[in-house]
Amino acid sequence: MAATSKPKLSKNLMRMKFMQRGLDAETKKQLEEEEKKIISEEHWYLDLPELKEKESFIIEEQSFMLCEDLLYGRMSFRGFNPEIEKLMVQMNAKHKEEDVEDVTMEVDVSDEEMARRYESLVGTIGKKFAKKRDRAQYDEDENGNIKPVKAKKTFLKPQE
Amino acid sequence: MAAAPIPGSGPRVARTMLGQVVLPGEELLLPESAGPGAEGSAEQTLRLGSVVRPRARVVCGPGLRRCGDRLLVTKCGRLRHKEPGGGGGGGGGVYWVDSQQKRYVPVKGDHVIGIVTAKSGDLFKVDVGGSEPASLSYLAFEGATKRNRPNVQVGDLIYGQFVVANKDMEPEMVCIDSNGRANGMGVIGQDGLLFKVTLGLIRKLLAPECEIIQEIGKLYPLEIVFGMNGRIWVKARTIQQTLILANVLEACEHMTTEQRKQIFSRLSES
Repeated sequence: MAATSKPKLSKNLMRMKFMQRGLDAETKKQLEEEEKKIISEEHWYLDLPELKEKESFIIEEQSFMLCEDLLYGRMSFRGFNPEIEKLMVQMNAKHKEEDVEDVTMEVDVSDEEMARRYESLVGTIGKKFAKKRDRAQYDEDENGNIKPVKAKKTFLKPQE
Repeated sequence: MAAAPIPGSGPRVARTMLGQVVLPGEELLLPESAGPGAEGSAEQTLRLGSVVRPRARVVCGPGLRRCGDRLLVTKCGRLRHKEPGGGGGGGGGVYWVDSQQKRYVPVKGDHVIGIVTAKSGDLFKVDVGGSEPASLSYLAFEGATKRNRPNVQVGDLIYGQFVVANKDMEPEMVCIDSNGRANGMGVIGQDGLLFKVTLGLIRKLLAPECEIIQEIGKLYPLEIVFGMNGRIWVKARTIQQTLILANVLEACEHMTTEQRKQIFSRLSES
């Protein structure tokens, strides 16, 4: 009686790691397949037709700013609030930035001024690198420009 | 060109409707999407004749709504259009409805004047005239840090910008731009007078070639702030001047050019 019906171990028990050593190849395969089936069944998905998002050629935009090129909302007139007046120019210039910008770039420093700066720069930088003893040789003329003065050092006789 | 069909008899081509009154619920056809059903107009057939041009992106502004591929009108007013180029996104230009209304609906990017109604923790509640007060973080001011709180009291006026504004969420304001600079936003100074006008008047006054503003600027030294939510704040040297300005601004919505010129000349004399 005991020989005919050998008690079968449950599936869950057979799936455990330590029970797998004693299994033969076939039952191993069977168990694996069953496991896969269970996993795939547990994955759930919505039974919907595939969503197709068509590219839209209409863009929604609820702001009037884009439509009407409105000005900046803060204003000041006749010097009531100079800060705001400066801001007004800056904010309202944004519309025409392309043509405004290169004009202001030129106005910043004129060529003549640039040339004048560099002219006096020679003396100024020269003074910086000169030694303390030589520094006295650089002298400011009436225009404020610094020029090296070539004066030979001679002995001055003390007067009595 | 064939006569325009009666309203409600079916979609009409947007391009033929420019400057005309449209009603909520109407459907508009864009030249690109106008199919065989709109072959009545000569312009349309011409367009279809030279088909192969790429479909341009069209921006639908306030008063219009996209519904799938259709373009629906949601506000009553005149249909306007701006040709593409010059900042306006999209190759097909911008369509919008020029409507008259008093109720403000927050829109992302709009500059508005709000009144601080409550201070709660690290948020200010700001009344902007919409269906719901907007929230404003105390960190959204220029130079504000956790330790250095901005000096904002209940009742102060705030000039700010919406960063979040949609129909499902609480609107959110800031007083700095993307670079962290105030650019004129923040608490509006002391005194002055706040009053409300229609939203249409604000747009009229802020239009780049608005004569009213240019004339007002010659009148007195003054400071003025326009909020897209229909609020205007003015301040002049004296209370009397401030009141005159407020009255003129309110009245000029329904004045003809002659009437306005008359009033301005009378004011500049006195």
